[in-house]
Amino acid sequence: MKPRPFDYARPDTVDETVGLLAEHGDEARILAGGQSLMAMMNLRLADPAMLIDITRMAELSHIRDLGDRIEVGAAVTQNKLLAWPDLKKKLPLLAVALPHVGHFQTRNKGTVCGSIAHADPSSEIPLSLATLEGEVVLRSKRGERVLKAKGFQLDMLTTARQSDEMIVAVRFPVHGRGVAFREVARRHGDFAMVAIAVLIGDNGSMRLGVGGVAGTPTVRAIANGNSKDVVEKLATELEGYEDLHASAELRRDILRNLAPLVIAEAQQCAA
Amino acid sequence: MRRVNKDQKVRINLTLNGRKMGAEAEPRTLLSDFLRHSLGATGTHVGCEHGVCGCCTVQIDGAAVRSCLTLAMQAEGRDVKTVESLAGENGKLSKLQQAFQNHHALQCGFCTPGILMSFSDFLARHPKPTEEELRDVLSGHICRCTGYAGIMAALKEAVGIS
Repeated sequence: MKPRPFDYARPDTVDETVGLLAEHGDEARILAGGQSLMAMMNLRLADPAMLIDITRMAELSHIRDLGDRIEVGAAVTQNKLLAWPDLKKKLPLLAVALPHVGHFQTRNKGTVCGSIAHADPSSEIPLSLATLEGEVVLRSKRGERVLKAKGFQLDMLTTARQSDEMIVAVRFPVHGRGVAFREVARRHGDFAMVAIAVLIGDNGSMRLGVGGVAGTPTVRAIANGNSKDVVEKLATELEGYEDLHASAELRRDILRNLAPLVIAEAQQCAA
Repeated sequence: MRRVNKDQKVRINLTLNGRKMGAEAEPRTLLSDFLRHSLGATGTHVGCEHGVCGCCTVQIDGAAVRSCLTLAMQAEGRDVKTVESLAGENGKLSKLQQAFQNHHALQCGFCTPGILMSFSDFLARHPKPTEEELRDVLSGHICRCTGYAGIMAALKEAVGIS
């Protein structure tokens, strides 16, 4: 239950960080909040040769209002975003989703971008980013590129990040007249068996985001009145996976039963 | 840039419960082990070592965190507080600790230091929480003795919910 030995680096700038990544590639891992990575290292499921600690980096500690999007730097903790005074107004979906992320104690350290980098299929923040159709900002020595959420998270714990790249920020679109978020977990704060986000835009358009059933969050548009069909089709399409917490069948059943409740809640919120 | 190689031991200085302290550690040394083995602060307990049970919760710069998911290197230069910081100089229990005693909110006491450090952070930020909020924060801890009833009674007394 202790990590294997590794080299530790605490660079002062993003430039130094991408320099280290260019040199060490796959052998190095970025340490932000460490709420998944350190647990995996203690259990020896992860074994990086080098840890690059970015927790103190001032240039990654920002929450910036870009007008139509909110940019959150890679060192921003989940509790810091949760305490951001404009959160309810600008990012209402995050305001209802973030309290489901881990526990108060892990949100003090866990970062917004770290959760997206880890790409757990049942995580709330990747689901929120996908439902909002947000983007991920990656930087390497070769330059910067911006990927849409859908193009970033490829599968369970798998992303499009190259080994010399780091996430410097994510951008959440300012969106949502009506929002709702619910999940089913064995215990509050545990990994969700199924998580559902619903977002209603200013023009009345509705999006349904589902996490925990497939390898990545799945987002579908819902046009007037067809929510029943969309949910039923999704439950059939997404086969679901079986693990310690739930069978694939249970996951599909939860989706069928939970989605209408979350949709109704978002509609009520938008009314 | 601060760099330490894996086979290197370096001196890590921090402030523990208001006192400047330091000891040698490797990069892989967890803060929980550093506190207990190197600095002798054994009030912090180590349970699951993967961030689930909450026994090892300490405060870094006032924020409650799992010390088993924190490297000692990450606490370098920081202000760390453990359960030893809560009682007054004459051993007088803090309001929260006294409430735990009043309501038998512990039996074996293994999980208690972590719970106290979580709530002393949370209550400093949210002095008037609801019962639901207290339960939510408590969900980050596992207690196998009390069934949580005594802990909830103590927390409610400490924040003045009758």
